[in-house]
Amino acid sequence: MSTSTDLSGTAAVGGEPPAAAGRARLSFARYRDLSLVPVLLVLCVIGFIVSPAFLTADNLLGVAQQSTELSLLVLAQALILICGRMDLSLESTIGVAPVIAIWMVLPADGGRFQGLGLLPESFSVPLCLLVGVLIGALNAFLILKLRLNGFIVTLGGLTMLRGLQIAISEGQSIVDLPSSFTYLGRASWLGAPAAIWICGLLFLIGGAALAWLKHGRALYAIGGNAEAARTAGIRVDRITAVVLILAGLLAAFAGILYTGHYGSISANQGSGWIFQVFAATVIGGVSLNGGKGTIFGALTGVLTLQLVVNVMTLGGVPPLWNQFLNGAIIIIALTVSRFASGEKQE
Amino acid sequence: MADTVTASAPPAPVVEATGISKRFGATVALREARIAIAPGESHALVGRNGAGKSTLVSILTGLQKPDTGTLRFNGEPAPAFGDIDAWRSRVACVYQRSTILPDLSVAENLFLHRQSSSALRPISWRRLRSRAAELLAEYGVDLDPTAAARTLTVEQRQFVEIARALSFGARFIILDEPTAKLDARGIERLFAKLRGLQEQGVAFLFISHHLQEVYDLCTSVTVYRDARHIVTAPVAELDQEALVEAMTGERAESAAAEGAPRSRPGPQVPELLSVTGLTLPGAYEDLDLAVREGEVVGLAGAAASGNVQLGETIAGLHKASAGEMRISGRALRSGDIPAAIAAGVGLVPEDRHLQGLVNDRSVAENATLTVSDQLGPFGTVLPSRTRAFAARMIKDLDIKTPGQDTPVSALSGGNQQKVVVARALATDPAVLVTIRPTNGVDVKSKEFLLDRIRQVADSGRAALIVSDELDDLRSCDRVVAMFHGRIAAEFAPGWKDEQLVAAMEGMAVNNERKDSDVHEH
Repeated sequence: MSTSTDLSGTAAVGGEPPAAAGRARLSFARYRDLSLVPVLLVLCVIGFIVSPAFLTADNLLGVAQQSTELSLLVLAQALILICGRMDLSLESTIGVAPVIAIWMVLPADGGRFQGLGLLPESFSVPLCLLVGVLIGALNAFLILKLRLNGFIVTLGGLTMLRGLQIAISEGQSIVDLPSSFTYLGRASWLGAPAAIWICGLLFLIGGAALAWLKHGRALYAIGGNAEAARTAGIRVDRITAVVLILAGLLAAFAGILYTGHYGSISANQGSGWIFQVFAATVIGGVSLNGGKGTIFGALTGVLTLQLVVNVMTLGGVPPLWNQFLNGAIIIIALTVSRFASGEKQE
Repeated sequence: MADTVTASAPPAPVVEATGISKRFGATVALREARIAIAPGESHALVGRNGAGKSTLVSILTGLQKPDTGTLRFNGEPAPAFGDIDAWRSRVACVYQRSTILPDLSVAENLFLHRQSSSALRPISWRRLRSRAAELLAEYGVDLDPTAAARTLTVEQRQFVEIARALSFGARFIILDEPTAKLDARGIERLFAKLRGLQEQGVAFLFISHHLQEVYDLCTSVTVYRDARHIVTAPVAELDQEALVEAMTGERAESAAAEGAPRSRPGPQVPELLSVTGLTLPGAYEDLDLAVREGEVVGLAGAAASGNVQLGETIAGLHKASAGEMRISGRALRSGDIPAAIAAGVGLVPEDRHLQGLVNDRSVAENATLTVSDQLGPFGTVLPSRTRAFAARMIKDLDIKTPGQDTPVSALSGGNQQKVVVARALATDPAVLVTIRPTNGVDVKSKEFLLDRIRQVADSGRAALIVSDELDDLRSCDRVVAMFHGRIAAEFAPGWKDEQLVAAMEGMAVNNERKDSDVHEH
């Protein structure tokens, strides 16, 4: 009676399924995670029609680079959502982690921004990542040890960390940054921004881990039914904690790329992104209830959102309409993936 | 009771369905099925998983429209499809899963969405409470209407559901496996209540996998098999063997579990599981238990006896406050599931939906959940190895599934339970702990699962069956009965039902000692 729907991730149609009809339906359902690919193609066609500048390497690389920071947050959020949790504080981590790192390394006397000068400048990148790890660990402690509600705790974290960033940076943008810190966001490798290569690699690693590592597979079990995962011998809390910490790390790393890309840390770096992050993750097929979705699907979600903005800009849509269209595309993409997958999104 | 209604001109049946067919895509769920239930009758509907029982229930309750066939209530045609109030006044259904909202009061649960007579009229809470009290009193349910529903026991919740169902005016109630979550005493109280209602003229359609309950409660029985109606007869004319035969279409092998008593392993056979002085506050205290190689031991007990918690502690789900557990002679740290699995404990948990299955994931993934470290080097999970492993488990346990990639939620109850057992057996455990392993599965699967557990023991391992179902316990080499966290008695094969039930209910077993196979602790 009930048709199979979510078969993503599972490697292939196995065994000798007796029902041929079932098999056809199954193999169709396997491509659920590709449901946004047609949308992406349509966007490319529209882009091509709208402006000849669309299909140029410069433009496409630009879109890709602009996607990198957001996509890292989406990667982090996808991992968290698959194991049945959520973390809103990611959007503040992307700003506060670089600020704290720079604050620790910049000398107390030089320049416009007064640092502490505790450590040499070459420590700025590891420090920034460490801050991300600590934020993730704090979230994990509050959610898993104290058993607080994850949504509200990370909402508190979002506000608190944003406030911390403003307090430290005195509400100013920080422009005099160590070159080691901005290198990754600026550099170009093999003709493309380094950030694109790194993000691509991280997505590959993430996707592969979810498909072929037992701890990756465990995320689906935890998100699908944590109690069943526990009785199967999976250390649910430990793995969830690692995911939350990893997410903090990824968000801090996104902060490094973003800072390098724009050459400064603005006071509202990442502010308001969390809505885009959730939108991209969910239209990419990751369930808010946990246990479903793939990293690749989440990536198509980010690319869809970014391409829409790009096509609209090239098409001369007044920027004042951007926000409206951005919201509209989220609703349209959700509807499309709802019917492409045939699955209710409760 | 049945004869009183058939005395003079027989009244129209409360429900009469004829020629009902229903297809879902390629699956035929019902083929020309029929059923008729007289007023005040308690009618059992039995059949294996997939026989079409649930489909019939959803058709009788107006949730689904039959493709063909006619449905009449009290001689009148069924209400229009979608007219919920009209359906509710004719038929009510108490589902296996509770529909009681735990945070609302009993009174509000009874009159949910009927708290006041019209949308704009404010609710009079005082009146609501008094109406609830009246309703409960009418059906002899002794409950405080202001109590929060979460404080009720399972059977009290069922009483509330039944009272709610009757308050719509229905005189016909469908009970879908009402006893699955009850212990023996709860079942007794439920049955007493049902008999009382029956005397008031309420008719029941009773669905259960427990054939004994069918004989205890019902006056007639209808058997479905493979989407068809097979037989309807008074229970008195259909003995258990004939009933099983009608359900399975095969002659029942002489009550499978009764087999020749096995020779008990002597003291020279190594103990695979030994528990000494184990204590879990609130569940059990100072417990000793040993299971030897080749043994299947039953751990009997009612709901609050602590037997389930003991089984779960062995598998690492709870941390005991005192005492020691050894698996194959090695001490086992309590409260650590991965350690228990590594030491060689396999667990079939009590509730497959809550603890056993990840519903949206595939059969293959569920069956290999415990062995993900064996599916590839360095923590990788290789698809080819997963497939091979899953194929072996599907074959080993005869799991009926369209394919390994089918989500486990699409399988029938019996096959889902087999997946849970596969998951436990996947690690090749030295000690298999099964908690109510045949809960909610049909007769055939039940036999198969108990047999498979026996094979585990025969292959030089040990198994523990934690259950209060006599059928499960009958297949054991010996049965340890628990009551209120302590071991009450131990039985060798050949025990009588009354003895074991008495021990589980905490009644003295001394007077039955003459049977010499009862050892008191």
